[in-house]
Amino acid sequence: MGGSILGNRVLRKEDPKFLTTGGVYVDDMVNEPLLEGAVHVTYVRSSVAHGIITGIDTSDALNMPGVLAVYTGADLALEPVPSAYNPMATRTLLATDKVRYVGEPLAAIVSQTREQGEDAAEAVIVDYDVLEALIDLETSMASTNLLYEACGSNVVFDSMVLGLPDNTGDAYFADCEVVVKGRYLNQRVAPCPLEVRGAAAAWGPDGRLTEWLSTQHAQGAVAPIAAANGVDASAVHVKTPDVGGGFGAKIGAYPEELLLGVIAKKFGKPVKWRETRSESMVALGHGRAQLQYVTIGGTKAGKVTHYQLWAIQDSGAWVDMGTILAPFMTRPMSSGVYDIPNIECRTTSVVTNTTPTVAYRGAGRPEATAAIERAMDMFAAEIGKDAAEVRRMNLIPKFLEPHTTVVGQTYDVGDYEESLDRVLDVADYKGWREKQKARRASGDKVQIGIGVSVYVEITGGVGNGESAKVEILDDGRALVYTGTSPHGQGHATSWAMLTSEQTGIPIENIDLIWGDTDLVPIGTGTMGSRSLQQGGNAVFAVAGELVNKAKTVAARLLEANEEDIVLDKDKGAFHVAGTPAVAKTWAELALAEKSSGGLGHSDVIGVSGATFPFGAHVAIVEVDTETGKVTHIAHTACDDAGKVLNPMLLEGQIHGGVAQGAAQALLEEVCYDPDGNPITSNLADYAFISAAELPSITVVHMETPTPINLIGAKGIGESGTIGATPALQSAVVDAVSHLGVRHIEMPATAERVWAAIQSAR
Amino acid sequence: MKVTITVNGTTHETDVEPRTLLVQYVRENLGLTGTNIGCDTSSCGACSLHLNGESVKSCTILAVQADGGSVTTIEGLAKGDVMHPMQQAFMENHGLQCGFCTPGMVMAAIGLLNEIPNPTEEQVRIGLEGNLCRCTGYHNIVKSVLACANGK
Repeated sequence: MGGSILGNRVLRKEDPKFLTTGGVYVDDMVNEPLLEGAVHVTYVRSSVAHGIITGIDTSDALNMPGVLAVYTGADLALEPVPSAYNPMATRTLLATDKVRYVGEPLAAIVSQTREQGEDAAEAVIVDYDVLEALIDLETSMASTNLLYEACGSNVVFDSMVLGLPDNTGDAYFADCEVVVKGRYLNQRVAPCPLEVRGAAAAWGPDGRLTEWLSTQHAQGAVAPIAAANGVDASAVHVKTPDVGGGFGAKIGAYPEELLLGVIAKKFGKPVKWRETRSESMVALGHGRAQLQYVTIGGTKAGKVTHYQLWAIQDSGAWVDMGTILAPFMTRPMSSGVYDIPNIECRTTSVVTNTTPTVAYRGAGRPEATAAIERAMDMFAAEIGKDAAEVRRMNLIPKFLEPHTTVVGQTYDVGDYEESLDRVLDVADYKGWREKQKARRASGDKVQIGIGVSVYVEITGGVGNGESAKVEILDDGRALVYTGTSPHGQGHATSWAMLTSEQTGIPIENIDLIWGDTDLVPIGTGTMGSRSLQQGGNAVFAVAGELVNKAKTVAARLLEANEEDIVLDKDKGAFHVAGTPAVAKTWAELALAEKSSGGLGHSDVIGVSGATFPFGAHVAIVEVDTETGKVTHIAHTACDDAGKVLNPMLLEGQIHGGVAQGAAQALLEEVCYDPDGNPITSNLADYAFISAAELPSITVVHMETPTPINLIGAKGIGESGTIGATPALQSAVVDAVSHLGVRHIEMPATAERVWAAIQSAR
Repeated sequence: MKVTITVNGTTHETDVEPRTLLVQYVRENLGLTGTNIGCDTSSCGACSLHLNGESVKSCTILAVQADGGSVTTIEGLAKGDVMHPMQQAFMENHGLQCGFCTPGMVMAAIGLLNEIPNPTEEQVRIGLEGNLCRCTGYHNIVKSVLACANGK
């Protein structure tokens, strides 16, 4: 091969399958022997946002064609389960006494076909005593109408319980020449993986439960599935078919998934379940949903000295992962890229009668970034200076040794000014400012807006390392086992590249195994942009150790000293240094080791901490000042994720991230009416971003390797989203700032932009 | 009801329920699961395939409406081991990530080039507006389609 494969634009090994026969997603498993004779499960869902269940009448549904059984929580003898994040909050996996959001599952239909189940779900009659629906965060926070009475409040988590201080209020800013306040809603959005949730479950003759899940973390599902089914974890086998996207929403196992084993056992047959998109829009976790009170203060010259953030996180109707993102992801990153000597940040998580919130691409960091970046813009506008220049004045200077911020977060390495310089240069920031000036002077109804963001985020913060195993087969091929869980990221290619780099085995001869808890019992899955820096790092380290093991075997076979053995990576063979003619291939070594358990190596490789990717984005928009319509016309992203393994995959992650960031800034929002009825519960009503609403994206490369792992890599999965969202929001405001507009909430729909222009006039 | 539909060159006579959608027919009756279902409002385009040479969302058509017709799904595009130029373009330009929208996207893209052989970037973006992707930000999908149109 000659030279390193790392850093090259290697095409994906997984693509031919996806392109010719399609992936095998959970709903495509038509030939699975364990699912022979499987019946379908359909969940009956609450149609009210908040209410006491006074009766569930299943008799009509039971008499419908193809319906085999209908189970309520009482039929399945479900016990309350506590939240992992606040044990005072408990629920049964099917609502039995109280419903807390529209879409909450409360009964399960078992039917011959999926369509029969959907029809029958409509025929289950549920009586409710309807309670006041708490949709607004601040109303819920103050209400004595409690979702979980045992919690004593609708506030289910507050950073003060961690011993962190409350914000001190306006007195904090007494010494500031300039103080600007804002109230920003980082609105609720729907993750919308293109494949909705689906799962299947079967009990084997050995008494073990096999469950197929569309998940980002099979190993994490084992314990909750075991608990829901009342069996030991060793009796649960989770398998992951191809997964059609996750974006954070498929990290945790949901009630609908946890119950399948219970239903399969009760009914006595294997079961399959796949939600519809309309169900998914109300029952798959939502993201963001954070209200922010921001105050920023500093000097008239532009130095920011004080910053205060109160982040009120909407948990939705369950104390799920969304609850803890504000204290553990937003708060630590509240300083952003800035050297601000005084920062206060309090977070308060509140339950409401809405779909529970979970992690969604960025998960707490986009919120932190949006708050500080919006505040920076407001501050710059207040003192009448260029927003990019005010940012530059306040950046933490380049550091190659760890830097600890005022809020106590230690960043690994950073060169924020360089990323800002690069993006401004490539995006032609100055040129756009000139064009903007000319456009304003012309009085054209369509104005140009330029938005800049600079961000730092935290990746690989989940898990302390990852498992990896590399096995050499008799024919010299390699099998790589990983605890990460790809669902679009291209691990089959990336992990093969890392293995190939160490072993010299060509990537076409390296296959990847993941997401099967019998084959890979230890794994932390794919989330929080951790995969390469933890999982890839583990594969790289384990493959390196395997080469050392192989040298020992080769030394024995070649009757030489181990230290004299070298691996010729071009040939994939070992020989004594200086005598390449007598060599042992990987296949020969594997055969030699066959009787003693085979040639392979496995380990769990730790990492010493998270990494802090950073970057800067420039978004350009056009805004029609008569209609408020926003058009995203250009986007330039400089995202520094450390050492780059495969630039093609890196760019793909940035493109997707930018699109989701633009989606939140300009289009997407989950909405409820005052009674808690979702009004964006399908893809016709929810403004899922399309190709027609996006420009091509210019990616600017920058590599500042991290010392945290062997390969120098940081995460890239979420950076695009984190950088793009505030840049877009800023660009929209900038386009109409000359009309007196200082702020427009997301999503910056035509209606909102038009209204902002009207009220400024 | 009995329908006769030629799918990927093979003619099938099948008894279907009248309410069977074309996408259910190819997935459930024929076991061709490459065509995916991503929504229930005909919004996402994951189920796009070709009916009588035209790209259609197969969730908007009943199997009985396709009676006597000819269908091509993603499984019918490649000639043996040789991928269709659009499949090849998606591979070379990283036009897919999780793969779920991909079969529909590829079929819609071929349909687009049948109508507009040399589209501009804007025409590609507007032409694929009805096919949603959550992974790629569409950048490399658009690039793939333009590359295919240019014979690259």
